[in-house]
Amino acid sequence: MQLTEKHKQYWNINLKISTVLLVLWFVATFVMGWFARELNEINFIGPLGFYMSAQGSLIIYVAIIWYYAHYMNNLDKEYGVHEGELD
Amino acid sequence: MAGQITQSQFAANLKKYYTFYTGGFITFVIIVGILEQLGVPVKILGYIFLFATIALYAGIGFMSKTSEVGEYYVAGRRVPALFNGMATGADWMSAASFIGMAGTLYLSGYDGLAFVLGWTGGYCLVAILLAPYLRKFGQFTIPDFLGARFGGHLPRFIGVVAAIVCSFTYVIAQIYGVGIITSRFTGLEFQVGVFVGLAGILVCSFLGGMKAVTWTQVAQYIILIVAYMIPVVWLSVKHTGIPIPQISAYTSALPKVTALEAEFNDKATPKGAKEEEVRAIFRARAAEGDRKLKGLESGPAFLTQEKEKLVAKVAELKAAATPDAKAIEAAEKAVKDFPADAAAAKKAWTAEKGAGARAAPVKRHAEAFGVGGKTPEEVEKNRSIAKKNFLVLIACLMIGTAALPHILMRYYTTPSVHEARVSVFWGLFFIFLLYFTAPALAILAKYEVYSNLVGSSFSALPAWVSNWSTVDKTLMNIADINKDGIVQLAEVVIGGDLIVLATPEIAGLPYVISGLVAAGGLAAALSTADGLLLTIANAMSHDLYYKMIDPNASTVRRIAVSKGLLLVVALTAAYVTSLKPGDILFLVGAAFSLAASGFFPALVCGVFWKGANYLGAVLGMSLGLGVCAYYMYMTYPFFGVNAPKWWDINPISAGTFGIPAGFLGIIIGSLISPAPSKEIQDLVDHVRYPNLEGDIDTKGV
Repeated sequence: MQLTEKHKQYWNINLKISTVLLVLWFVATFVMGWFARELNEINFIGPLGFYMSAQGSLIIYVAIIWYYAHYMNNLDKEYGVHEGELD
Repeated sequence: MAGQITQSQFAANLKKYYTFYTGGFITFVIIVGILEQLGVPVKILGYIFLFATIALYAGIGFMSKTSEVGEYYVAGRRVPALFNGMATGADWMSAASFIGMAGTLYLSGYDGLAFVLGWTGGYCLVAILLAPYLRKFGQFTIPDFLGARFGGHLPRFIGVVAAIVCSFTYVIAQIYGVGIITSRFTGLEFQVGVFVGLAGILVCSFLGGMKAVTWTQVAQYIILIVAYMIPVVWLSVKHTGIPIPQISAYTSALPKVTALEAEFNDKATPKGAKEEEVRAIFRARAAEGDRKLKGLESGPAFLTQEKEKLVAKVAELKAAATPDAKAIEAAEKAVKDFPADAAAAKKAWTAEKGAGARAAPVKRHAEAFGVGGKTPEEVEKNRSIAKKNFLVLIACLMIGTAALPHILMRYYTTPSVHEARVSVFWGLFFIFLLYFTAPALAILAKYEVYSNLVGSSFSALPAWVSNWSTVDKTLMNIADINKDGIVQLAEVVIGGDLIVLATPEIAGLPYVISGLVAAGGLAAALSTADGLLLTIANAMSHDLYYKMIDPNASTVRRIAVSKGLLLVVALTAAYVTSLKPGDILFLVGAAFSLAASGFFPALVCGVFWKGANYLGAVLGMSLGLGVCAYYMYMTYPFFGVNAPKWWDINPISAGTFGIPAGFLGIIIGSLISPAPSKEIQDLVDHVRYPNLEGDIDTKGV
């Protein structure tokens, strides 16, 4: 099993998109949580800090996972590492 | 359900079956509703719900019975993403999520959201760091991956121990939930309820392993989500006229709750003044308790002196010109209830002193880290401790999510890597439906209590309040403390579990919906227990017995061993549960911290760092588990050591130290010993790419 340049490129892109999405996840969780009191001063569907932790961040999580699955599926095909049709 | 059909036909058939099933279930609920209208007693309806749903799960288990290894361990690897998502949802959402979550949010406001965030955000880690890679590896258990990736028996063995420890801790919490629900809704004894529920769990996983558990979990998800949504939507319509609680709670109910909180805490308003009156009584009681506790330390004579005082008071009241019969009765009761000895006195008076907690101002629901303190500096200090603990608890719960074997195992069952990724999306989506409803329910319930219950007359309490306060004092405790005949908020003590259980009644729905909620809670607890028991039995039968003790065992024997172990583990778990050990929330939290510390570093490094090797894994896993368990043992009051906390971190978040220790161990161990062999490096490449030419095969089926 020999990996080509193309394979290595695929893995690097995967690492990059994973990092970006995890940074987003980190911000939606810990940065929002850290500044919850400050965010609560802003009013957006109720106090923003509360809203984000109760609902907003959850929506971001769902979106992150959807985007990752969608992006990686295309990447698999582009780099020819996708799985064949199943039975 | 299998057969020689294509995957897309299979998925289409499943959709048909489950649509039909959902329709059937709704018809069933309607029929029970009609029976209720015809006057069938409530208790019978409770039994119908309990036994009909358990029979249903057993039926699915029976239809999915199998003795094929691939079907038994990983449902034949043909579960489509959507259905695997539903099964993950049911596997994931336990009794604690279904019944406890909204109540925790009701009681602790913003700070309770750590659970909502922690138990959803963890799926980002599952999706990006683990699920696709585990699927590509594709054997049967999580210790399988550790064994193959790091080589040798020791990493697998530590994995087996970690899987058993955290799953067993967690399963006790589930069976406890099963016992509570069955006993509350049918009047069976708690211990009996535990074993009835257990029968339902066993029939299913015993006959068909992962295959049966998967298809039952899909059915259970449908019941639990319907049961959760109906009452909340109804409550939302009742209070706000909008059928979308997730919006109406924030735009309509929360501002009103906030305004009422301000009123209750402001002595200048009429409601605030009344609250203050009640709080003053609690403060006085607490001071009296404190005085007596201090007196008790002075010697045994104090006890007799106190009793004499009470006796003297009775005599004084009786001697009055116009004897007050009620006052005399109360004074005589005080004499009669006086603690018999010093130990009893200490207990009673400590409880009296504890009443001081009820004198605290109303906690503001949306305020983050709203803690008290005597001076501004102390408030600031307490607030930073609360914030720190909030954030580390989220981290532990999230990383624990991405390390609990019964969840990760689900990604072995999808047909492909791509489907595994999509199924994490569906999984979180289905979990999200319940989790973004819970905070809304907490607000709506609070609005009901603050606006309708508070200020109502004790002679005409809302029906749900009088019902629940007679059923269970720990859930609803209400007493007219200041004798004004009107309910003040400080006079009401609500147990968290009440919120979900009483919502149908608060919303004015018929009993059939309460039965539905109970069935939903039961589905949540049973489905999680199913997944956990299977994880434990598989770790023992597959990893310990087949891989380490007898690699030549025939498939028939392997499955027989697994089924036997399942029975033993289930009975042990039920026995331990019937002893009612410890605090449920702590058990759950502990399971997460232990899983996070033991598994997460090794699993993630196993995929993303080719240099991670045998010594690193052994060191990392044992260090992670060790540090985590050590911190819990030293700081959790149950163990009685009560050592000072490190940086004020609560014992439930012991993973805060265990996870870094795990990473440190794996890095150091891997750097000081030779890099893994070519075969293992090839295995890492194998899991990283969904499909490679000339790829090795690790499926092992």
